[in-house]
Amino acid sequence: MLTLDPATLVGSDYADGSIYSNPDLYDMEMERIFMNTWIWVAHRSQLSEPGSFITTFVGPHPVIVSRDRKGDVHVVLNRCRHRGATVCEHKSGKASSFVCPYHGWAYGLDGALRSVPYQDGYSGQLDKAAYPLVRLRVEEYNGLIFATFNQHISSLDTWLGRARLWIDLFMKQGAGWPVKTMGEHRFTFPGNWKIQLENTTDAYHFPVVHKSFLDSVDSETQNIFDFVEGSGFVEDLGHGHSVMVMIPELVDLEANLEIPIPERFQYLADELSKDYPPEQVRRIVRAVGGSGFNLNLFPNLACSMAFFRVLRPLGVNQTEVRHIAIGMDGGPDIANEARLRLHEHFQGPMGFGTPDDSEAWDRVQRGSLAGRDIAILLNRGLGREARRESGNLFGDVSAETGMRAAYRQWLAAMTDTSFSGDAEA
Amino acid sequence: MSIALDQAIELVTQEADLLDHGEFTQWLSLYTTDGLYIVPIDPSGDDFEKTLNYAYDNAHMRKLRVQRLLGGRAISAMPPARTVRLLGRYRLLDSSDTWCKLRCAQILTELRQGRERYYAANITFVLVQTDTGLKIDRKIIRLLTSTEALTAVSYIL
Ligand code: FES
Ligand SMILES: [Fe+2]
Repeated sequence: MLTLDPATLVGSDYADGSIYSNPDLYDMEMERIFMNTWIWVAHRSQLSEPGSFITTFVGPHPVIVSRDRKGDVHVVLNRCRHRGATVCEHKSGKASSFVCPYHGWAYGLDGALRSVPYQDGYSGQLDKAAYPLVRLRVEEYNGLIFATFNQHISSLDTWLGRARLWIDLFMKQGAGWPVKTMGEHRFTFPGNWKIQLENTTDAYHFPVVHKSFLDSVDSETQNIFDFVEGSGFVEDLGHGHSVMVMIPELVDLEANLEIPIPERFQYLADELSKDYPPEQVRRIVRAVGGSGFNLNLFPNLACSMAFFRVLRPLGVNQTEVRHIAIGMDGGPDIANEARLRLHEHFQGPMGFGTPDDSEAWDRVQRGSLAGRDIAILLNRGLGREARRESGNLFGDVSAETGMRAAYRQWLAAMTDTSFSGDAEA
Repeated sequence: MSIALDQAIELVTQEADLLDHGEFTQWLSLYTTDGLYIVPIDPSGDDFEKTLNYAYDNAHMRKLRVQRLLGGRAISAMPPARTVRLLGRYRLLDSSDTWCKLRCAQILTELRQGRERYYAANITFVLVQTDTGLKIDRKIIRLLTSTEALTAVSYIL
């Protein structure tokens, strides 16, 4: 049997069609990527108080993310050390401990094994300190909480590197208030996770796939979304991260606040004007419209215009996607409600955008099974690509620069078994 | 005289029939001007305005949804899913001569691109008496799987 060599499947501007459907490659990805890089697990606001927890996944591994009494965040495997049962099946909640429902082993919020029923049966030989819930490494940047199995890769700050600046810009959607999550749409599509990964910085599809969404908005909004031939760009931020700037005027939500308020937000501005001074009204309205860019953080989080998009591989040809709505914690209700309505309009299984994306991804999965050795093209915009002073490669807004960045990182992670997380552009 | 169960059933059956047969324009006329079509996520909450839903459609959004289905420009609705829905287990929760509240069950089967999928839901209708007869003022569709991962639903539940 041939051994699987990922290097033969991905080049600098193409990929083999089998990358979406080879189950062995998928297993290798779960090991080398999802156990060896920083995986996004939660936003700070989901763990607002001591005792708050959520359950989620790092690759295929179920985990609990919790905030302890002291305020520290822990990510532990949701797997009892006795015989392996999950110790928590709630999506979120508040707890002071996690008690395994099978034989009653009880763990603290930090995962420490606190008590074992009928301990006499162990004749004093069970060292509780040796059996905490298995802890992952956890680090946070500007509210984004990441975890990893790998104790040796570089810090989260280093991993995010040049993407940090964009995270800071994205969080300006709080308009001065902290950003909070406001619920999520969760759906699956029958395709490989990388098809979704590619999509976040794919401007090329927008006017084609999202015709029906564009038909449903006013002409001013249509113009804003007519960015494929505009002055936006896609930039490779290193480590597989990339940013696609669709609407350059909306990169910094606090700059040039004097530009006119779009007509579709005039009602909101009028309403807010009753309680807030003009400058702040503009700032809030701007935040509601979202950032003019999509930031793709390899491998599982996108900060996309006005929401978080999280992907979770369920199998080689099955992926779960979550679209998490965000808002202003403590901000005006009417502005947060406007954000929810905008989210419902495009996102989620009944939105005017998501089902069409999902259909396109489904078709990539099915179509890519046709034939052999036929490349998936990732070469759009190569001829116009250049390098900034910062060293970042960038291309025009519909260039496939972001996908090339992601696959460069993919290749580094998949081929270097002593991988330490650094593939530079 | 308060609105009777069979009057209410007649209207919601008509709605189901129109949706299954693609008669979306006519479907629009079943609603009051202020009517809302809501597909919540939260199984128990009822402050729909302040929470995230799958759909929270006023008259404008319902019209856009119909245009999307009929416009032929959405790849997920081209061809549209074919659906068969069965309503049953009707119960009139409240009734007066001007309005009533009906709760029922719905099992919907969808067929698209050779894949059959199912969605079960509890539906609450608020129906009101108008000059032009009984109309839908609220339809709240509580999917059994609302907090689970769904698949694309490019049709009207
Ligand atoms: S499996 Fe958890 S206590 Fe036995
Ligand atoms: Fe899209």
